[in-house]
Amino acid sequence: MSIEWETVIGLEIHVQLMTKTKLFSGAATEYGAAPNVQACGIDIGLPGVLPVLNEAALTMAIKFGLSIGANIAHKSVFARKNYFYPDLPKGYQISQFEHPIVQGGSILFDLEGGARKHVNITRAHLEEDAGKSLHEDFDGFSGIDLNRAGIPLIEIVSEPELRSAKEAVAYLKAIHTLVRYLEISDGNMQEGSFRCDANVSIRPKGEAKLGTRAEIKNVNSFRFVEKAINYEINRQIDILENNGTITQETRLYDANKDETRSMRTKEEANDYRYFPDPDLLPVIVEKEFIERVRTTLPELPREKAERFAKDYALSVYDANVLTSTRELADFFEATLKASNGSEAKLCANWVMGELLGALNKTSLDISNSPISAERLAKLVERMSDKTISGKIAKSIFDKLWTSTDSVDEIIEKDGLKQVTDNSAIEAIIDKVIAENPTQTQDYKSGKDKLFGFFVGQVMKASQGKANPDLVNELLKQKLS
Amino acid sequence: MHTKTIAQLLDLLNKRECSSVELTQIFLDRIKRYDKSLNCFITLTEEMALAAAAVEDQKRAKGQHQFLSGIPIAHKDIFCTQGVKTSCGSKMLDNFISPYDATVVKNFKEAGTILLGKTNMDEFAMGSSNETSYYGPVRNPWDLKAVAGGSSGGSAAAVAASLSPGSTGTDTGGSIRQPAALCNVTGLKPTYGRVSRYGMVAFASSLDQGGPLAKTAEDCALMLQAMAGVDLKDSTSLDKPVPNYCATLNASLEGVRIGIPKEFFQAGLHPEVEASVQEAIKVLEKLGAKIKPISLPNTGLAVPTYYVIAPAEASSNLSRFDGVRFGYRCHEPKNLDDLYKRSRTEGFGAEVKRRILIGTYVLSAGYFDAYYIQAQKVRKLITNDFQEAFREVDIILGPTTPTPAFNLGEKSNDPVSMYLCDIYTINVNLAGLPALSMPGGFVNNRPTGLQLIGNYFEEAKLLNVAHQFQQITDWHAKTPTIFEESLS
Repeated sequence: MSIEWETVIGLEIHVQLMTKTKLFSGAATEYGAAPNVQACGIDIGLPGVLPVLNEAALTMAIKFGLSIGANIAHKSVFARKNYFYPDLPKGYQISQFEHPIVQGGSILFDLEGGARKHVNITRAHLEEDAGKSLHEDFDGFSGIDLNRAGIPLIEIVSEPELRSAKEAVAYLKAIHTLVRYLEISDGNMQEGSFRCDANVSIRPKGEAKLGTRAEIKNVNSFRFVEKAINYEINRQIDILENNGTITQETRLYDANKDETRSMRTKEEANDYRYFPDPDLLPVIVEKEFIERVRTTLPELPREKAERFAKDYALSVYDANVLTSTRELADFFEATLKASNGSEAKLCANWVMGELLGALNKTSLDISNSPISAERLAKLVERMSDKTISGKIAKSIFDKLWTSTDSVDEIIEKDGLKQVTDNSAIEAIIDKVIAENPTQTQDYKSGKDKLFGFFVGQVMKASQGKANPDLVNELLKQKLS
Repeated sequence: MHTKTIAQLLDLLNKRECSSVELTQIFLDRIKRYDKSLNCFITLTEEMALAAAAVEDQKRAKGQHQFLSGIPIAHKDIFCTQGVKTSCGSKMLDNFISPYDATVVKNFKEAGTILLGKTNMDEFAMGSSNETSYYGPVRNPWDLKAVAGGSSGGSAAAVAASLSPGSTGTDTGGSIRQPAALCNVTGLKPTYGRVSRYGMVAFASSLDQGGPLAKTAEDCALMLQAMAGVDLKDSTSLDKPVPNYCATLNASLEGVRIGIPKEFFQAGLHPEVEASVQEAIKVLEKLGAKIKPISLPNTGLAVPTYYVIAPAEASSNLSRFDGVRFGYRCHEPKNLDDLYKRSRTEGFGAEVKRRILIGTYVLSAGYFDAYYIQAQKVRKLITNDFQEAFREVDIILGPTTPTPAFNLGEKSNDPVSMYLCDIYTINVNLAGLPALSMPGGFVNNRPTGLQLIGNYFEEAKLLNVAHQFQQITDWHAKTPTIFEESLS
């Protein structure tokens, strides 16, 4: 007997917004400062201080909402989520509860193997981050760093429509790409700018009722999300198949042991005593304001990928890779534009192949590429106009990476210009034929395969500079 | 000198008949002499005051003075004052030196006033008798056996005993008006949002409002002028122009419609307090006002509504006092839970704990709708009552409190009877309206107060009516004789 199980996953993603100052105070948000130097009186919750909403954060939340086709609430309300923890200075977090700024919306993304998935988003709300507790180095005490306290976040809550760990990761990546396109978050997962909680449950396939879920807290890499969810699915199947019951609880993923562990059960959960924050008026967003924000929306990743595929005749895969970040897409388009009418596919191959490969190898970001779009375009152009062959281009690429010379300078200095002069190539061919009488004889008596041998010999003799098309053409004539 | 009003003192300063240093010294000396019996002050800022007074005198000599330059005042110890202990009447903040100034404090500094010290108050402004203060109760200058009222008891008693010409207070359910009434001074609670709450330690954020206490309506007008205005640091402060409050003090009351709510004259009201209101009605009629009976039908719901909303907000506002970053921390906590439990158990007094418990309860899952949401609905009804009334009248008049000051200890074990002291004042906070209490007579040598309630942002009208009343009555000019020994 074996039941077929269906996995049900919903994600809550916390995205740190790239504002210069905090959600309710003027303190800086830069990462990596010494503990507590970026925490002002409001962030540490001094008696008497009051929050004032940062309009930039509100604008970013609206931008996100518009990008997923959500309803932007005309009136949204900040509420207090009350609980005690040393890194929560006020004893409550200012969040949105009943009336979030972003309501509804959805996102479409590609799955491995070409399928597409559409996921509905329940809501996205603005809230402030808590500080950080440091449990080491304080000899029996804990240290509190409140630099992060008050940093603006949006929490994006999906409907439970994801059906596997892979789908969850694909969704997570789609949101990650989107928020970086919108320039509302740097998406840096190591620094905690993009983190996610996963609600996971299973049910017999065909069953309409949802199973009891476990919430896996604060997983901060795509790989760990996949592993944590898969571990959790297997754990739940194990329990149910052994006639056990799932407990509704919050679990923590331990990456070192690759397992999830119980943190607290539903009974131990806090009663957050949400109520509207009387220090902040309801946020009223007028239509005109929303429309102004809409004009600042960039071309979104989905639209861009579709345009790339269509306008540049690229495959879906290529279009998706090239549009995975706005910077990469811009780089590709700049290369294509500067390449003087070269084929888009050739540009795409060089951006995705040589360039991304070299960047990965050196852990560099596209924005720090040692080869600019203009220089790469020149290289592509010289291939297109047959000044150089692809093989030579690869060696020039390596030189471009370490020098500031232009493509043409390198071609000139190293004498890499492709030989397209018939007589010069003919002279080489004649020499090769003269030096290889046996092979010539064999070829002429029917050993066609030897043609490749002659091409190789001619290319070698020309130090790779002979135009391969011409070599082919002239060889055929000479050997016939 | 010490019995003069702020307006009179300004006149003397302007005519160079006295200096700010001299004035400041006079009040500091009176505080040192008399405050042992009254307990109005938690902190005296003597050195700062004399230094600031000297600076203001120099400015005045150069003609660079501000409109309240050199006038000594006192702040309720709920206003954060940079470099000065700001205790909020609690052991929890007994060690708290504020690193910043509240907007009200900053505004008064900029207006040139001299801070004499910080006044005693009920712990976290929770109380109507000043008996919940960690620093002991304030005594009523008219009768040392009686309470001064609360929570701004120190501020009211200090003005009544002429220890300070004026002082600031805060009013969440009557905390300016009730002690003003019980001590025979004039106190104004402005419209919610008129005065910045930034730097005012929060009790119930949607009800709290700072305001002045002084000997006369005119002095309250001068002080409100310094306090009022929008503050970008307080999202609930309102961006409305601040009128010149003194400019309209002398407007005629001819045709001003004054409403008398019948619900303010029912069981529980002391007959002599009622008689003082009737007297006041006659005076106002003489001044040309038209008296109209009105009804505020939901008045009886105000106290229970308030005791849901105020504790709910307080329970959350007071969560930050956890022994982690500032304020009281228990001795050698064993672990985090122990730190929280003992710091809060030892740092807060009984009334504060009672309200935190009530507030936590009414916000809890399963009770929230029945209490908090319901209370917000009733709040709306109470607000509507007033809006109905203000279609027909300009001002509402009634008693500030049901009785004159009660004796110390008389109600301290009966919270409900204590809460009922605020029966006429609480609905004003729930509606966010401005209201003023002014002296209206005495019952057995204990003062009674008259309350004037106005529509939103009608502070100028309230001050106008009170000032006109004070031009032909002298209740406000009476001072408690036991503090009138001359200082030599």
